[in-house]
Amino acid sequence: MSGLIEQQRFMCAIGGMQTVVAIPRAVPILHSGPGCGTMVSGFFERATGYSGGSTAPCTNFSESEVIFGGEEKLRELIKNTYKVLDTDLQVVLTGCTSAIVGDDVGSIVSEFADEGKPIVYVETAGFKATNYESHSTIVNAIIDQYVDQFSETAADKDSKLVNVFASIPYQDPFWKGNLEEYKRLIEGIGLKANILFGPYSGGVDEWKSIPTAGFNVLISPWYGTEIVKNLETKYNQPFFQFPYIPIGGNETTRFLEELTTFANDHGAALSMERAKHFIAREELSFYEEIDNLATFLLEFRYGLPSFVHILQDASYVLGISKFLLHEVGIIPHELFITDDTPEEYQELIKEISLKISDKKQIPIYFLADAGKAQEIIKNISHSGRGLIIGSGWDKELAKEKGYDFLSAALPSPYRMILTTGYAGYRGGLRLIEDIYNKVLDTYR
Amino acid sequence: MSKVNLEKAEVEIRERRLGSITGFEGSAKELVDSARCGSLKDKSRSFSQCLGCSTSNAACTVVLIQDAAVISHGPVGCAGCLHEFAFTYRVNGVHRGVDNPTQRRIFSTNMKETDTVYGGSQKLFDTIYEVERRVKPKAIFVITTCASGIIGDDVESIAEEAEDEIGIPVVAIFCEGFRSKIWTSGFDAGYHGVARKLIKKAEKKQTDLVNIINFWGTDIFADWFGRLGLRANYLTPYATVDQIAHSSEAIATIQICSTLGSYLGAALEQGFGVPEIRVSPPYGIAQTDRWFRELGRITNREKEAEKFIDEERERWLPQIEELRKKLAGKTAYVTAGASHGHSLLALLKELGMEPQGAAIFHHDPVYDNESIESDTLQNVVNDYGNIPNYNVCNKQEYELVNVLNRVRPDVLLARHGGMTLWGAKFGIPSLLIGDEHFGMGYQGIVQYGERILETMENDEFVKNLEKHAINPYTKWWLDQDPYAFLGGNSDVRTY
Repeated sequence: MSGLIEQQRFMCAIGGMQTVVAIPRAVPILHSGPGCGTMVSGFFERATGYSGGSTAPCTNFSESEVIFGGEEKLRELIKNTYKVLDTDLQVVLTGCTSAIVGDDVGSIVSEFADEGKPIVYVETAGFKATNYESHSTIVNAIIDQYVDQFSETAADKDSKLVNVFASIPYQDPFWKGNLEEYKRLIEGIGLKANILFGPYSGGVDEWKSIPTAGFNVLISPWYGTEIVKNLETKYNQPFFQFPYIPIGGNETTRFLEELTTFANDHGAALSMERAKHFIAREELSFYEEIDNLATFLLEFRYGLPSFVHILQDASYVLGISKFLLHEVGIIPHELFITDDTPEEYQELIKEISLKISDKKQIPIYFLADAGKAQEIIKNISHSGRGLIIGSGWDKELAKEKGYDFLSAALPSPYRMILTTGYAGYRGGLRLIEDIYNKVLDTYR
Repeated sequence: MSKVNLEKAEVEIRERRLGSITGFEGSAKELVDSARCGSLKDKSRSFSQCLGCSTSNAACTVVLIQDAAVISHGPVGCAGCLHEFAFTYRVNGVHRGVDNPTQRRIFSTNMKETDTVYGGSQKLFDTIYEVERRVKPKAIFVITTCASGIIGDDVESIAEEAEDEIGIPVVAIFCEGFRSKIWTSGFDAGYHGVARKLIKKAEKKQTDLVNIINFWGTDIFADWFGRLGLRANYLTPYATVDQIAHSSEAIATIQICSTLGSYLGAALEQGFGVPEIRVSPPYGIAQTDRWFRELGRITNREKEAEKFIDEERERWLPQIEELRKKLAGKTAYVTAGASHGHSLLALLKELGMEPQGAAIFHHDPVYDNESIESDTLQNVVNDYGNIPNYNVCNKQEYELVNVLNRVRPDVLLARHGGMTLWGAKFGIPSLLIGDEHFGMGYQGIVQYGERILETMENDEFVKNLEKHAINPYTKWWLDQDPYAFLGGNSDVRTY
């Protein structure tokens, strides 16, 4: 095996610059080759934020920095970034060139940090990790090098406050909508949520309050684990993990009930009555739609998809397949996890996948090489009308197979996603709308 | 300066080959004059923002070849934006006679840390085999990256060896980002690979075939060339490997943008005896007339060319005159890659508008054909007069923001993603035309003029955006001289 990747659906470590872009008024500063920022913008598309994209400062390594090192150039760049851009947090990210050349980025950044500047650095050489992994490295760097300075003077722990680590900004195209829904749900049962990224976060001030949270919430089968483990050691904060995106009625209710129990086991003293009432209200409005929809799902006589292949990260593959099987009646067939899941986490994911249905085992593949995944789909067939939920790359495959297609993973050049989310009760309904709008649109 | 040498694996970057620069402030005439007397100097910046890089421009020349596959030898991120070419290929196929565009086959060797220690050669070798098995392409291109370049993988030898084993061209393209501040060096690298590995010596000539080096613009040449008794051979997007192999049989080569085609045009002439048209591409009346006459001369169709020009004048001049009345005195600012930027300036001048300045990504004092009459900026200055505030600025948004905030032109013309945003944030009607053929010839002047009018007329969107625009730039910066960080001379060399 060569380990090649065709049709990549994620970036290398420096793609984690989008994690910085998602923090209000934070700026990524690249100490890298000239094309890294363009590659990142090109992969994510429409993802400039406050100061990413063409705004992001970059040392643009040239031959002379490769030979003589780029430390002086970086020092100058940081100094001038303060003059040109008005930002609350600066995160220096290194590329392959800097790592191979061996620049001492830490000591340069500490010169500025010592002056009291809110600046941190992270090694994000592309050959070292993917952006799924570097997301955690970057968040931990901000916590260790910056947030931690305020932990001594921070307020007392608030047992009702939680830090939420879930969608990876921009890599999850629905991150804004998902995080907003998580915040709404978590606060609905009586907790307070630091959502940390996007317009509903409180920016750098919110980050400073991370140490005061009672515990952390991780919604992911693997990515982000290193963050909550770091916080566990650092601030003695336990974490609650829900290992996939809760979509629709069953899983969102399970998520909220388990979270309520966990919170109260850890001293949050939530009112059970209030939590139950909130869940009941949410379910009422969710099931009213499902009830209305059922006739359509059962009786629509012109053809609806009966099975689905999903190509996404592990969290989506598990979350969407559970939802579609149990709450919509679309059967998941071969599923493809395209996030390059590290081996140590694959077992947990496989275990969960075995329980998607109690009646059948659904084949699940870990394939960062999505071209290979496409080859598999090309060579199998199932009876009934098919649906592919994947990235823009899969549009052509769906056309070839005669399947319906919903673009819900990166890169996504055929679909515009702004604040839509698929998480929670509301996300489940939105996913149903998106699937059947695609289907109905085929009738002309 | 160096002649095209197709024996060598690599082509030199533009800074060294042509003496090109990325930093200059002054007027267009000053720039042209200093280029002519060999006193051009580059400047470096003590604050800079993300540039483009050669690897994606190299990819641009090969990903859209119908029956080829492309391998990026590096970490997975170095192929991150290439899916955009897959989209382009699919969407624009209809404009170029490719009704069923096939999926683009783009691979990364997915270089990991261990590869940077022990080398990535075996991985590349295995990848080439797997790509051959999976795709059965007519050619495989391998584009290099910073990481593969610095660790020193011998990509040329691997490509040679694999080529012998699998029996199709395996073309190594050297386009590491750190080598050049001018990302169009990547075009040259891609074309160098195409010229040395795909193009075959001509066994016969096709006296009606003309090579056109372009991107993926609409097929306007079919109509023009039909009237001249010529056929268009587009290079390289949407061409097949076989078609490229026979481009040596053409009677001439033209370029829609000298920044793009400089190297391939020269390679076809020097390596394969296909003469290149050495005047500016046909934007604006003076350049259009000159271009068609030169095309007529080289292809032995002088009478046809004159007839063509007469017909075009008769058809379009009245409309051009109308547009000039409406646009007289309107101000504009241009930001674009080098030669196409010059073309836009010619168009603006032709329409009677006043360019207040330009931010052009780099400057080539001369192209690979070494001919002074090919200097597209010089031709604009000679035809239309000087352009003030002509700056060479490699996509440095902060400089553009500062300038636009001062000059506030009636319209901003851009030819690169990401640059119109700041026009709009200042409430300036901003226009980006993606189709590089849109402004060509007499009809192009009319088309562009109408779009400019339309853009200026419908400014409600930008005026509203201005009210709500988010601005990360400090007030201090907006009050500085826009070139405050454009510092001392670096890499000074004359040519």
